[in-house]
Amino acid sequence: MSVDVKRTVKDFKSDLPNDWCPGCGDFGILSSIQMAFASLKLDPDRIAVFSGVGCSGKTPHYLKTYGFHTLHGRVLPVATGARLVNSGVTVLAVGGDGDGYGIGAGYFVNSGRRNVDFAYIVFNNSVYGLTKGQASPTLAKGKKTKSMPEQSIQDGINPIAMAIASGYTFIARGYALDPKHLSMLIARAIEHRGSALLDVLQTCPTYNDLYTKEWYDGAGLPEKRSRLYKMEDTGFDGVVKDPTDHEENIAKKAAAVVKSYETDPIPIGVYYQIALPTYEDMLVQRIPALAERPLVEQDLFQRDVTPLLEAMR
Amino acid sequence: MTQKNRLSWMIGGPQGSGINASAEVFAKACSRAGLHVFANIEYHSNIMGKHSFYRVRVSEEPIRSHQDSADILVALDQETLAGDGDHRRWATHYGHLVDVAQGGGVVYDSEIAFDPKLSGRDDLRFYPVPFLEIIAAALGEVGKGDQARRYEIMKNTVGLGASLALCDYPFDLVAQVILDGFKGKRAEVGQLNVRAAKLAFDHVRTHFGEDFPYTLKPHGRPKARLLAKGYEVHAIAKLRAGCAFQTYYPISPATDESVFLEQNQRDFNLLVVQCEDEIASINMAVGAAHMGVRASTATSGPGFALMVEGIGLAAITEAPGPVLVMYQRGGPSTGLPTRQEQADLQFVLHPAHGDFPHVVVAPGDHHECFEDTFSAFNWAERFQLPVIVLSDKMLASSLATIDELKLLDGTIDRGERYGENGTHEYLRYALTPDGISARSRPGLRGGQFWATSDEHDPDGHITEGVEMRTTMMRKRMGKLDSVAEYIPSARKLALHGPEGADLTVVGWGSTKGAILDALAVLEEDGASVNFLQIRLMRPFPAREVSEILGRAKRTVAIEENYGGQLAQLIQEHTGARIDERILKYDGRPFSEDEVVTSLRRVLAGEKALAVMTHVR
Repeated sequence: MSVDVKRTVKDFKSDLPNDWCPGCGDFGILSSIQMAFASLKLDPDRIAVFSGVGCSGKTPHYLKTYGFHTLHGRVLPVATGARLVNSGVTVLAVGGDGDGYGIGAGYFVNSGRRNVDFAYIVFNNSVYGLTKGQASPTLAKGKKTKSMPEQSIQDGINPIAMAIASGYTFIARGYALDPKHLSMLIARAIEHRGSALLDVLQTCPTYNDLYTKEWYDGAGLPEKRSRLYKMEDTGFDGVVKDPTDHEENIAKKAAAVVKSYETDPIPIGVYYQIALPTYEDMLVQRIPALAERPLVEQDLFQRDVTPLLEAMR
Repeated sequence: MTQKNRLSWMIGGPQGSGINASAEVFAKACSRAGLHVFANIEYHSNIMGKHSFYRVRVSEEPIRSHQDSADILVALDQETLAGDGDHRRWATHYGHLVDVAQGGGVVYDSEIAFDPKLSGRDDLRFYPVPFLEIIAAALGEVGKGDQARRYEIMKNTVGLGASLALCDYPFDLVAQVILDGFKGKRAEVGQLNVRAAKLAFDHVRTHFGEDFPYTLKPHGRPKARLLAKGYEVHAIAKLRAGCAFQTYYPISPATDESVFLEQNQRDFNLLVVQCEDEIASINMAVGAAHMGVRASTATSGPGFALMVEGIGLAAITEAPGPVLVMYQRGGPSTGLPTRQEQADLQFVLHPAHGDFPHVVVAPGDHHECFEDTFSAFNWAERFQLPVIVLSDKMLASSLATIDELKLLDGTIDRGERYGENGTHEYLRYALTPDGISARSRPGLRGGQFWATSDEHDPDGHITEGVEMRTTMMRKRMGKLDSVAEYIPSARKLALHGPEGADLTVVGWGSTKGAILDALAVLEEDGASVNFLQIRLMRPFPAREVSEILGRAKRTVAIEENYGGQLAQLIQEHTGARIDERILKYDGRPFSEDEVVTSLRRVLAGEKALAVMTHVR
């Protein structure tokens, strides 16, 4: 899909004025997506970006690609349906943590079971931004942002562990305000064949006064350090070398889950990756014609149904 | 003794006993012999054990419904004869002896503790047949005579074979259908079944003399027809229409359509995806339609209740689909999962929040199931909106003979599409006189667009501007006028029977068959009755309905719901109040006889009500 032409970030910027709050972490994710598209030299006409509903849901509008801003929590089903009929298009799904891990939790889990080839970026800021800052599914028990009347009395979920359990074949976490690292992760997620989850820690300066840029930078710690660290810097390697090696696979999954419970500092980078047949690969076994061209390019009209009619005689 | 070449045959037994196999074999043997067939099953939401029964009505004349009375009843168990009042605090039914026609025949397993003298029906002829002994005898021919209990499933074949003797139907025609059902490695089982059926046939001939109540003959000049269930017809229409993508979540009675397509997906390059729930089903289908293929899904009421937000999404994004076949069953909530009802008309007309355009069409028989499902894809693409084909359990599971040529009709209309050679800026939601903008799809050079569930500008970006909001609402809603102009009147409604009749029946959907058959009976009575069948529910053909009702002398709605949902819809759109309502919500489809009896009351000036034969 990549063509031998020079692509720049500008090729992927729509001219729509942006209405996110000043200083929103979403800007970092948006530019990282554009940087990743450019680095992969993707053809804008062959990218389809899908989003859920919320602040992050507006992302496709700021990208100069095909865009579909769908429903709250339903981005993965819509993206899946689209991808399955046109494997010639790169599919990127984006949404918030409430969208993906709350109202869309069922689709998050079942998409992992399928391993359709798409990348899914979750803008994880622990609050529902567009409805003014209620607790989201990733906010831990006992936490209270300035936008909440009371502290949370239910615990937060662990999206990385949930993705492992669901079957995602690429699982990573990035940080919205580190575009260089984040764009590299996005590019890897897009290049990965199969369902890729990229959970992005994102600041919400308007409603979340707990997890601010300063907090991630280490504010309030006795020593001067970040609350994040890159797993690759410590030699951690989540990539399964031999996908047929069950023991290696289990060990890598277990290591990723253990990593996902580290809270200070928080690991970012690739937690887990494995090369497995995608849902599309499996479909070719059912429908061999899919190996030749995607459904959208097949002439399926006025099919000859004679054999079916014969059986009714 | 019937004079005409026709017969109503019924088999009853516990679920899992294979009554559907023998009923469908008999139906096919009759269809192949050029007879018209209408057959339908009643069954519990249960896999093994609960009572089910299958009716097969056969005639040389066209027939479209079932009758209450069976000429021949085959009983595989006690409950089929006597009901379940002996072991249920509140009986589900009282057995089918009451359903047997005057002088009819009852074939039953002689192992059943049943005394015909106590049946209260001294007009009937009873034929106790030793089902298991016959199975043992058939097995004995291949040295397995001691294994009869293992082959108890063959009781349904024994019952079929025995009953054929009662109507003098050529055994060989049935034997061939049985053999055709067991191919390859299972051919031996087919032979075994034929032997058992033949032994039963001979047993009745030998033990009960030659005096049988009925004669059913093959048609003199057999016409090649198909015998199909409604769900198969919906599925074949999807295949013919070029559907590329079908999603579903298992639910009675919609699942059969999707499984049928799934079984054939390899041969037809139709991708079928079983989803995690109906919300995923509808949204995957919307995603596929957005990507430019003909996409569809199928569900029933409880599933549709989950899908509604996806209908709104498809409508506001002007997706070219999906097509949704909605198989009604008894509601509300889980309701009556395997039973018939027409109580979702108002629901599918108002599925989601906000004002949006969608098309709803309700086919009345198998042929209309084909036409409407096929056209639904054309309408979805041409007008870029979701289309609901409102079917039901009755249509889905009933078997009917249909003229095969009519299944191959239809031309494809994909509507206006973006061409990659365009020179000026492409706007997905460009404002046009008829509200229809050329549609693009991801992957096309220069056809980029944004789609959003928010209100939007012509380029697809979000707007909250009052002017554009108003314009876009008019653009979308105005498409319904274009739909109304495009769909020919004959596809919107039909007036069956004589103009200027004394009584006009108003109905929709699968009651069409029973109403038409009842009208033929009433005509013999000398009554003057016609039938206004409404098929297109949205956009509603208000002008045409008004004209017809304006000429009607007296009107009566026949519907399978509590309040008369079509009657309400007619009043909403035309102001016309339907005079009387014959309403039934017992989870069973109207039989010809129920419609006849109910209409006779109305014709006699009595209060309209659904006369239900099973209620005592």
